[in-house]
Amino acid sequence: MYNQKVMDIFANPQHMGFIEDNDGVGKVGNAACGDIMEISLKIKDNVITDAKFRTFGCAAAIATSSVATGMVIGMTVDEALKLTNAKVVEYLEGLPPQKIHCSVLAEEAIKAAIENYYERSGKKPADGDKEIKYV
Amino acid sequence: MRIYLDNSATTYTDPEVLQAMLPYFTEVYGNGSSQHFFGREALVAIDKAREQVAAAINCRPNEVYFTSGGTESDNWAIKGIARAHSKKGKHIITSKIEHPAVIKTCETLEREGFEVTYLDVDSEGFVDPGAVEAAIRPDTTLISIMTANNEIGTIQPVREIGAIARAHKIVFHTDAVQAIGNVDIDVVRDNIDLLSMSAHKFYGPKGVGVLYKRNGVKAERFMDGGEQERNMRASTLNTPGIVGLGKAIELAVRDREANNARIRELRDAFVAKVNASIPDVKLNGALDFDRRLPGNANYSFKYIEGESILMRLDLAGIAVSSGSACSSGSLEPSYVLLSIGVPIEMAHGSIRFSFGKSNTMQEVDYTVDKLQKTVEFLRELSPLFKNVQGEQRYV
Repeated sequence: MYNQKVMDIFANPQHMGFIEDNDGVGKVGNAACGDIMEISLKIKDNVITDAKFRTFGCAAAIATSSVATGMVIGMTVDEALKLTNAKVVEYLEGLPPQKIHCSVLAEEAIKAAIENYYERSGKKPADGDKEIKYV
Repeated sequence: MRIYLDNSATTYTDPEVLQAMLPYFTEVYGNGSSQHFFGREALVAIDKAREQVAAAINCRPNEVYFTSGGTESDNWAIKGIARAHSKKGKHIITSKIEHPAVIKTCETLEREGFEVTYLDVDSEGFVDPGAVEAAIRPDTTLISIMTANNEIGTIQPVREIGAIARAHKIVFHTDAVQAIGNVDIDVVRDNIDLLSMSAHKFYGPKGVGVLYKRNGVKAERFMDGGEQERNMRASTLNTPGIVGLGKAIELAVRDREANNARIRELRDAFVAKVNASIPDVKLNGALDFDRRLPGNANYSFKYIEGESILMRLDLAGIAVSSGSACSSGSLEPSYVLLSIGVPIEMAHGSIRFSFGKSNTMQEVDYTVDKLQKTVEFLRELSPLFKNVQGEQRYV
């Protein structure tokens, strides 16, 4: 069901862990649904200099976490906000239909982390994306 | 490394079984219903298989009906009995942890106006025979309780339930798909009226099964068409498959005690090693191993998710199942685990290891080693897990 690209990334995920002195953390999903994604960001001069993830979830959830964190490193905050789940899926060369929600979770986790950064830094008022479910 | 620990999903076809089947593809290929000698040769082989099945479960050969597998047998038994007895009543008793082939069939009957009582099970997956008796109503026509559970291996008190059904003159069906070859079954002693089995679960071929139906128990036919199987189940008989099933059940019953002892030794060693080397795990299912399938070990691993465990083990060359293979790919955790009270987040983190007759102790050791590393890796990755001064807990 998973393609080789997804399996390769799942076998060797990157950017695992938690940035203790982070500038923003987003945690989405819930254990009852079977996946929780937590992404922590280090942000300097409006640029994401580091990103790490911790994920409770399936192989797709872990692979999308790895890809999404990798993609946002080096992006400006505004660029990262535009990261869509479709881009994550494209990078993975596709996901099974029932696993697309994992890529949505990755997008939401990035957005939640940036929202948290805005709240904490006071740089920009939080938009308060109502779709994001905190745990 | 290729280690197969998913013997409850399916087993390989035993080479002796395959050898028995081969002539029936190319040499003895007649239609068992034909009158000429080609047909008669096939019929001789089919009749022999019928006797092998009858000997294995202590029924008469003419109580054995060949089907396409366990799912068909369950569908036929439940729909066939419910519909044939609907003038007497439309109430069925079953349990919450039956295989989907039983649960979904009951749901279909509910849409047709039947009523179904799905009995609770206890924390180890046991159906209480007293609860079966208490659920009986004047309009109850069928009790269907599996012999052994496919996910957690719990072996039900089928004999007691059979006795209750008999005392109340209610038809008793048991899905014995996981039990054949593992559990001592005697349909006379255990008061079983109908029993489902599937050859590929006991080292026979896929695509062939049996429904045993006690003579005198009225059931509707299932497949319309020709007059095969005493006009109860149309379709040309699958001679090679049936020959394979017959040989497989003969071997399974002949070697049951020796196989069970070996398989149980592997499973017990696995359980002991997992319990000793991996913290925060829970063995799901019967804790009295005399009442559990010998090859079954179903574990919940706290803080992590089952599919990622399965796929990491897959990368290490170990084949296991999360939930049951039928439902993998679905996002719902196992209803069997939820029914025995496993918390939903732990039900998501569950894996079934099912040992078979070709597994070895070296494979057990390799698996425990890889499993321990996998669990450690995924827990490090989990936002639910914090190792605080050696004390692991949900955060």
